[in-house]
Amino acid sequence: MEKEITCTICPMGCRIMVCGEGEVIQSVKGYTCARGEQYARSEFVHPVRILTSTALVSGSSEPLVAVRSSRPLPKELLMNCMKKIHMLHLQAPVYRYQVLIPNIMDTGVDIVATGEAKTQD
Amino acid sequence: MYEITCDVAVIGAGPAGLAAAAAAKEQGAEKVLMIERDTALGGILQQCVHPGFGLSLFNEELTGPEYAGRFIEKVEQAGIQTLLDTMVLEVRQDGTIYCTNSRYGITMVKSGSVVLAMGCREKTRGNIQIPGTRPAGIYTAGSAQRMVNRQNEMVGKKVVILGSGDIGMIMARRLTLEGAKVVAVVEVMDYLAGLTRNRVQCLDDFGIPLLLSHTVTRIVGNQRVEGVYVAKVDQNRLPIPNTEMFFDCDTLLLSVGLIPENELSKAASIEMDNVTNGPVVNQYMQTSAPRLFACGNVVHVNDLVDNVSIESMLAGKNAAKYAMGQLPSSKRVVVCRPGENVRYLCPQKIAVSDEAEDVTIYFRVKQPQKETTLKVSCEEGLLFEKRLPRVNPGEMQHIGVSTASLSGKTLTVDAEKRN
Repeated sequence: MEKEITCTICPMGCRIMVCGEGEVIQSVKGYTCARGEQYARSEFVHPVRILTSTALVSGSSEPLVAVRSSRPLPKELLMNCMKKIHMLHLQAPVYRYQVLIPNIMDTGVDIVATGEAKTQD
Repeated sequence: MYEITCDVAVIGAGPAGLAAAAAAKEQGAEKVLMIERDTALGGILQQCVHPGFGLSLFNEELTGPEYAGRFIEKVEQAGIQTLLDTMVLEVRQDGTIYCTNSRYGITMVKSGSVVLAMGCREKTRGNIQIPGTRPAGIYTAGSAQRMVNRQNEMVGKKVVILGSGDIGMIMARRLTLEGAKVVAVVEVMDYLAGLTRNRVQCLDDFGIPLLLSHTVTRIVGNQRVEGVYVAKVDQNRLPIPNTEMFFDCDTLLLSVGLIPENELSKAASIEMDNVTNGPVVNQYMQTSAPRLFACGNVVHVNDLVDNVSIESMLAGKNAAKYAMGQLPSSKRVVVCRPGENVRYLCPQKIAVSDEAEDVTIYFRVKQPQKETTLKVSCEEGLLFEKRLPRVNPGEMQHIGVSTASLSGKTLTVDAEKRN
């Protein structure tokens, strides 16, 4: 399989062609730096993304609190992880970096709060 | 009238205001006051729940609320006073500020120096004059972002986004994750307005089409948006006849640029730059009114918040120095002049004093260009050259100069194409 990957390491945006199957890479062409080659290889084998969203919260002056995955998640799981985040209904107070969903979809990655929800006076 | 006295007053508690206030305090200003019209600190960062902040300043990838949190902690620990839910009505060149809130009513703040950190606001449909009906369902990307990320209000189900700026692309991903269908992102220029990274992670990842050299020519719908017409544009960005396509959608988001919010600066009669639409500043971020400083998007629209913070720390530090009578007095002024393929330079002026200082000058190019040589020169000739593989209007560039090397009255930066 041949796949074109746009490098996102720097603003150059090199177009890198990766040829391979599954986890076996036969060739990488078009990169202009070592970090770019590394990016293209891992993006080909297993693309990952940081997931960010918001979660419902009660008992605070604002209805939502911002959340993120503690580490990047496999790209193909993002939509399913969103379903779990949509099921959250938190109660204030929520503190920054409080774990809200531990080990989401058995990835070893947690969903944590990035914002804060203080209790309403 | 209620009265407050302070050394440094900062208007706005977004990324610029937070960094300026913290730096002013660190520099030794005793009483620093922040005035903010929102009910919370952090400004636009509160609704920027996506990652990508802090890579250059903290060397890690943070989301907006986390990035703001770092500065809010600093400001709270430093004991900086904040007036929230407070609207500034007037700033005077003598450092007097009139503001109002429901607690104190009309309030007069007397300050030693002022930092203008009001940020910017989005261009609207009115600014770009899209023809058609005026139904519900047309939002600027940032106001949609506030509704979705802070107010728990979904803006629509089928969305067209005009403008490939970063906020527009980030909203394309955000709305997709929340279950909406993003029909297309439409860009009038023949290149992407925002970062490549956002095209990959916000559009390509979700299969959202990007139409370059296209624009929205008409909005259709009575009560609610029912669709938009999109046409190809020629080299002058004018729609080409018979290329119109109809896109069925219930929502149109506009990500078509930002305007520095300078009503207060203009009313204070300080000198403005008609390219940046912000105040003219020197390397201390000092405006033409010596007591008034300015920083962040109110001066020029930045692409990275890290740059806003760095520039604002400079403004806060120098505003504190001014209030304490420690800012070096300048002997002469050098004007920074944009040359070939350079849209603007910031600061626009460099105050040269007896002390030699290193000055960072930020600038944007007009057109994307590969194989570029930057030439920095003054009247007596070339100071230095710098080679860049490519330049892009969406990515701010910078150079460093020492005030000791500046002779004459002007400094020019050219971005020439290498042959």
